[in-house]
Formats: sequence, structure tokens, C-alpha cells
Amino acid sequence: MVQSLENGSNTLNDTSGIVYNTQQLNLWYGNHHALKDINLQIKENEVTAIIGPSGCGKSTYIKTLNRMVELVPTVKTSGKILYRERNIFDNDYGVEELRTKVGMVFQKPNPFPKSIYDNIAYGPRIHGIKNKKILDQIVEKSLRGAAIWDEVKDRLNTNAYSLSGGQQQRICIARCLAIEPDVILMDEPTSALDPISTLKVEELIQELKADYSIIIVTHNMQQAARISDKTAFFLSGEVVEFDQTDVIFSTPEDKRTEDYISGRFG
Amino acid sequence: MAQKQVSDQPSVQELIAKSNSKKQKQMVEKLIPTILFLIASISVLTTIGIVLTLIVETIIFFKEVPVFSFLFGTEWYPFANKEPAFGILPLIAGTLKVTVIAVIVAVPFGIGSAIFLSEYASDTTRRIIKPILEVLAGIPTIVYGFFALTFVTPLLQQFIPDLKIFNALSPGIVVGIMILPMIASLSEDAMSSVPSSIREGALAMGSTKLEVALKVVVPAALSGIIASIVLAISRAIGETMIVSLAGGSTPKFDFDVTGSIQTMTAYIVQVSSGDAGYGTTIYYSIYSVGFTLFLFTLVMNLIAHAISKKYREEY
Repeated sequence: MVQSLENGSNTLNDTSGIVYNTQQLNLWYGNHHALKDINLQIKENEVTAIIGPSGCGKSTYIKTLNRMVELVPTVKTSGKILYRERNIFDNDYGVEELRTKVGMVFQKPNPFPKSIYDNIAYGPRIHGIKNKKILDQIVEKSLRGAAIWDEVKDRLNTNAYSLSGGQQQRICIARCLAIEPDVILMDEPTSALDPISTLKVEELIQELKADYSIIIVTHNMQQAARISDKTAFFLSGEVVEFDQTDVIFSTPEDKRTEDYISGRFG
Repeated sequence: MAQKQVSDQPSVQELIAKSNSKKQKQMVEKLIPTILFLIASISVLTTIGIVLTLIVETIIFFKEVPVFSFLFGTEWYPFANKEPAFGILPLIAGTLKVTVIAVIVAVPFGIGSAIFLSEYASDTTRRIIKPILEVLAGIPTIVYGFFALTFVTPLLQQFIPDLKIFNALSPGIVVGIMILPMIASLSEDAMSSVPSSIREGALAMGSTKLEVALKVVVPAALSGIIASIVLAISRAIGETMIVSLAGGSTPKFDFDVTGSIQTMTAYIVQVSSGDAGYGTTIYYSIYSVGFTLFLFTLVMNLIAHAISKKYREEY
């Protein structure tokens, strides 16, 4: 599988413009070996989709990229993840610093039980931005960026939980944009949404690509095919294949990838 | 289907039709609401009865003592032979001194413990500490009273030489210790029930643990936290044994916490334990004091309700 990675398109060997360079990453939950020798290079301003059946480690991997996986107390890791050429597991690399650069959108919308305004202003505020005028601008810009400004501009002071699930998820994306991260990690961001909301979020991801590097875990293969530039197929904690999305979905090299995307299992 | 025909046994549906257990259950089902209603009305009726008794006896008291001099009088000398004075302010002052001190002690420590238990402690630590806190809440108040009188007061006298043997400070602190577990435990419940997905959202934005606790979890759990504080204040206002033992019996309308005081509850104890005969003004005065106490806790609960409604962060 490492071969397929290296034999892939030439752009993969070019180290410039790489946000995440994962080298020989292994991860264990207690005795369970959840990620095995992962090697992946993720480029900036691209949408990278991670697909695979349940329990293949795709969510674990994306949560490792901002070290949220360490909330599980039994987690052990080995190997390296270089974010902008710096190993995120280094002792002097604070998780807060990393997570300020790498935002995350979760599977279930999880806005704070606060007003819409306070949800978006939360990030800038904890990172020291107090000026009301600047905050107002950030809130508007972020909500526009998440394509929800028009829907909520007249009720910024209402509780975010009064919104629909799809709107809440876009609030979460706006909250993430508010600190203008470098990378946005999305862990099945549309799995709890209805088809119309899903479409809106997908369109949004396409727009965000210009300014952000996006890594998205998805259960939905059509979604991966629609929105991503590159796709990684995970199976039992290993990367089976990683290539341009159109290659993965038309002429995959590995038989298992073909079986999965043609719906023979998973 | 095939099995049914082969077997001699009647089908399950036939067995169900034969059995009349459902009919009996329906009878019970019909009776249950009535029975439960009766049980519920007992507690409601008891409460109404208590309030009515308080009101009736208080009205008799007010026939002898004008309402105005009761509410605004700054002197409380019920046992004076010549001119007894029934101004409740000194008793309220005593109660408030103890309550305020208790709150100053209990709120920061209680909420601090709750934040520690909910956000920082490991599961094992929490499993050990929470039951201990709850045991602390179960200690009889007479024990706390003795603790205040024979340990805390002498200890405080080391630092404050002017402190009288009966004072407001020592019982105030000890009442604070008594209500602390209540605030800690109930606030911890409120914080633990904040969904962890919300914490993760905050952590993923680069929040520190403390920021998550103070800016996300505490606001989200605020209504529960306020409810715990108000419940604790109500208990502090109604606390009797500790203040009777360590507070003294000198009602004074001032802000001094080093001298002897008397709280509303301690006065009721003093009179009830035999200092006044039935039908005297003093006898009726305990009802008026009791009624005032009742109003205090009622108002506290209403305030709590209003505040928690206003600050509720729904999730």
C-alpha cells in the first residue's frame, strides 16, 4: 500500500505545500491496534476525503491530526505527524497551539448553548480578541463564510440551539472559521443532516477550499467523489490506497478498494 | 406457520386471548391515577395545613403587636417584664450574618470542588470523593454545632482575640461547611450532564481546560448551579442547631459578627424549649417568626426560579 502511495501522481512526491505529513503512525486504544503504519501526505488548499467501513480507523486518524484522540485516556501513539514540518507529538508543541491552527467540525452539530453571536465570538475571545468592533466583523465574516449569514443576521442573540440541525452545523463551521485556521478537519459533518442541508454543507466545502485545507471523513462515497480532490481508503487501520479521487473511483489499483467503492462490502 | 399446525399446543395468540391478566391489569391501571393522586394530595394538603396554621397564629400575634413595629422594630426583647419589644430586624440580622458568612465560605469552595470533580478528576478520584462529600452532608447538625462551639470558636479566638464565645462568625463558617457538599454535589451533577460533545467543540478550538470549564461548562450548567446555591442558602437560613449552640441568644441589630447573636430559628428553639406558656404573646411570636422564615425561603425559591430561567442555556 505504501507503493501505491509513492507510485501515485507526481504531485504527491512534491514536499512543498504539504500541510500534514504522516510518517509511520501507529495508534493503540489499550491493546487494540487501531492505526497501523499510516503514511499520508496531505496538500494545502485541497479537499482530502477519508473513506472506509465502520471501525477502519478513519475517525481515529482525523482526531489524531489535532490530537483530540488523546481525550481517550488509554491511547498510545508512535511515529510522526508533521504539521507544517513540525512534529505535533513534540513535547514542546502545545495542543492549544495546534488546535488554534487546525479547526474541527464534528459529526453531530455541537454548538455551545449560547447565542449565535457568542458561539462565533468564542474562539476569537479565548485567543485574546476583545474589541467589540473587530468581533462584530469577525462574526459577520465567519457567518457569511459559512453561508448562513442571511438566515441568522436578524437573530444573532438567540440561542444557537433554536436553529435546525443543518443550520447548527453551519454555525459550527462558522465558529471554526472565526479563528481563520489553516486546516479544517471534518468528521462526517453531514451524517446527521437531511439531504438539503447536506447539499448546502457540500457546496460550502467547495467554496472553503480556496482558503483552507480540508480533510473530511465520510461514510458516503458519493460525497467523497463529489467534493474531494484526493481520497484515502482506510481498511482495518491501514491505508489501502491514496490517490486522486477520480483515480480511486474509476481505476483503483487495489482489489479491496474496488470492492468497497462498488459496494461489495462495507 | 407450518410449525403451528404440527404442534398440539395452542398458538401463543390463543393463549393470550384465553388469559385474562390484561383485564385485571386494566382495572389496576384505572385505579392507579386515583391512588397516586391521593398520595400526592397528602403532601400538598400537609403543606397547606402548615401554612394555614402559621397564618392563623400569626394573625393572633398581630392583634397584640402592630405589624409595623414587628417588621421595622430594631429591638427584640420578648422577655422584658415592663415593655417587651417585638421588632424582628435583630433576628433577621442574626440570620443574615450567619447566612452571608456561610455563602462566602460555601460558594467558592463548593463550585471549585464541583469544577474539579466534573472537569479535572479522574473517574476513580470522583468515585472516591463524591460519596465522601455526600457523607459530609449527612452529619447531624448537632455535631456541627459542637464542632463550631468547641473547636472553631477557640481556633478563631487565636486570631481574633475580641471574638466572644458566642458569635456569628464561627457558626457562619460551620454552616458554610455544612452546605458546601450540597453545592458541590448538585453543581457537579449539573456540570457532568453538560454533553461532552460541547466540551470537545471548545477543546478543538484551542481552549485550555480551564477555559472550557469556566466559559463553556459553567455557563451551560448555570441554572443547576444557581439552584444548588439557592437550596443551600435556604438550608442556611433554616439551620437551627449550629446557631443555637454556637451563636448565642442576644438578638442585636448591627453588622458585628464577633459578638453574640440570635437567629430566627434559634429564637424559636429558645421559646419552644420551655420559656413561654401557651397563649402568651411570646408563644404567638414564634409563629410570626416562623412565618417570616417561611417567607424568606419562599422568596429565595422564587428568585432562584427567575434567575435560572433567565440564564438557562438550553442544550
